[in-house]
Amino acid sequence: MSAHSTTEVAGSRPALEIPDPSMAPRTARASTPALELCGLSKTFTLGAGLFKRGRTLGAVSDVSLRIPRGQVMGLVGESGCGKSTLAKMLLGLTTPSDGDVLVDGKPLRGANQKALARHIQPIFQDPYSSLNPRKRIAQIVGLPLQVHGIGTSRERAARVAETLDVVGLPRRAADQFPGQLSGGQRQRVAIARALIMRPDIVICDEPTSALDVSVQAQILNLLLDLKAEFGLTYLFISHDLAVVEHLVDRVAVMYLGRIVEEGTREQIFGSPRHPYTRALLDSALTPEPGLGVPDIGLGDAMPDPSDPPSGCAFHPRCPKAQALCRQTRPRLEDIQGDNARVACHFA
Amino acid sequence: MSRLEVNNLLEVKNLRVDLPVEAGTLHAVRGIDFHVERGEMLCLVGESGCGKSMTSLALMGLLPRKSRLSADHLQFDGIDLTTLSERRRSDLRGARMAMIFQEPMTALNPAYTLGNQLCEGLIRHRGVSRQEARERAIYLLERVGISAAKDRLNQYPHQLSGGLRQRVMIAMALMCEPDLIIADEPTTALDVTIQAQILRLLRELQQEFGTAVIFITHDLGVVARIADRVAVMYAGEVIESAPTPALYANPAHPYTRGLLSCIPAPGKTPPGSRLQAIPGVVPSLVGHVEGCAFRNRCPQAQPTCEQTPPLMSLPGDHRARCHYADRPVPVPLQPEMSS
Repeated sequence: MSAHSTTEVAGSRPALEIPDPSMAPRTARASTPALELCGLSKTFTLGAGLFKRGRTLGAVSDVSLRIPRGQVMGLVGESGCGKSTLAKMLLGLTTPSDGDVLVDGKPLRGANQKALARHIQPIFQDPYSSLNPRKRIAQIVGLPLQVHGIGTSRERAARVAETLDVVGLPRRAADQFPGQLSGGQRQRVAIARALIMRPDIVICDEPTSALDVSVQAQILNLLLDLKAEFGLTYLFISHDLAVVEHLVDRVAVMYLGRIVEEGTREQIFGSPRHPYTRALLDSALTPEPGLGVPDIGLGDAMPDPSDPPSGCAFHPRCPKAQALCRQTRPRLEDIQGDNARVACHFA
Repeated sequence: MSRLEVNNLLEVKNLRVDLPVEAGTLHAVRGIDFHVERGEMLCLVGESGCGKSMTSLALMGLLPRKSRLSADHLQFDGIDLTTLSERRRSDLRGARMAMIFQEPMTALNPAYTLGNQLCEGLIRHRGVSRQEARERAIYLLERVGISAAKDRLNQYPHQLSGGLRQRVMIAMALMCEPDLIIADEPTTALDVTIQAQILRLLRELQQEFGTAVIFITHDLGVVARIADRVAVMYAGEVIESAPTPALYANPAHPYTRGLLSCIPAPGKTPPGSRLQAIPGVVPSLVGHVEGCAFRNRCPQAQPTCEQTPPLMSLPGDHRARCHYADRPVPVPLQPEMSS
């Protein structure tokens, strides 16, 4: 964040304590989505002082999403659009200002960090900074078990060895330090650490962006294998649209804290409706020589989130903007009979 | 490759860069040959640690102090760069060879205004007046698509977004009308929408001003869209070079083929299918490297690959450093795969 002081705007609803999820049966009704976000928002206050009211910044505004069990939801958008703040709320690393997160239909609001960690685990972008360089791999991967007081030390060691096998790391890696491993191997360690608690949902925040392309393919294959083997549900955040298209079932496109379009992979990549989605797809440079770099017709970069444009937040960059777009913010509306949503007056 | 074309702006033969490290000597660049023609866009592509950035620093004369450089031939427009004094070298830098770095925030000085930094080179190298330099800066800022260029001259780098800062870097590189610009991953830190705009701009200006560009990247999608020619680097060597369409249509080196097949291609790779990964990791370049550096990861490695492969010439200005670049592999062997 910036040098401004940042304080959270307190949530308005009372917190509900949920029972320890480990006691609850893991098999929920098939129709209940694994993860559901209902009107999730996060506002920060910038530059507030003792006698000064700060400006509010809506990092995430009114985001609603349903991710069915065993599916992959892609989340795309430019830097600063709120993707990572959204991920942080799902991981319990920051409290939502408003709205609810439901896991298996049960609200997570007020649930403690430990209970949350049994359901949702993260894989972060940079395997260089997300692993403690002074701990051996076995300690890093086994730490969640220790924290939750699961098993004897022998049982824990067995579970660590088993998990290292699952992610394709050699057994000898257990005694090594992160510094002795390559980038791809470190990301396997991060995946092992995420999986050892057998979570239902994994939040992948740019999991392959820091890796070389040849290694990226190994990690993507692994993520697909693990999903099939353990029936995992992924929220897959990435700026690489080719990777997103390869991996996901559905895609949500975010712009300035809001979802502007959501639909199946075929809908989003085949017939995008929002001009921003179209521009994003056009700017993805596929390895096809002779096509050159397209003119995507977008103006300046992302506007200041603390001073968002009136009406549709995308209108200053939109090639199709009309007077209506400057005045009224379009609602995220269901597209009839298409199981998709778009927020554009002219979609 | 014995020919020495007079017309080539840059000629590199057997360039080596060694760095002393704790465990011995790191052979970061291991005898590479390439050339850059006037006004062309050459992409150096490869993964981290392949030596592409060391190559660019060697050309600019900006290598770390402890490193050792050697070359049979390192000529820029007929000037031998290996014997040039540091003073003459810095006369070339900025004036005839300019560089654009990945992170403009670290390349721009936060304590000086953009106007100061843009004009400095032109005043130093061309001896023009401050007023003339400011006029050229305004002209170039407008050309790179920055509005209110005159006011921007008095701004500081932190007042600009990442995309705008990279536009300023491009304008700065063009100030003295250099013959060669080396751009090291200039769009890697940017969003895709901004990347597309910056690449389009760089390509347009490069063609308009007739500037040669060495564009360093790991992104094969970017390469396909902007390069005239491509040189693929692996483990400190150029393992394949070709005009862009030929490289993508007929990749001759197994590493190039591997790289191209491990990125999902929309419309070709079925979603959710297994991607072709290159097994294993890059070999260590500390100490002597024997034979083909790719053989431990190569799906068609042969006993012959224990010997250093020659640079094979293929039709159409296409070269590949592989024993089997121009002939079929005798017996398909299954290599032992280890991660």
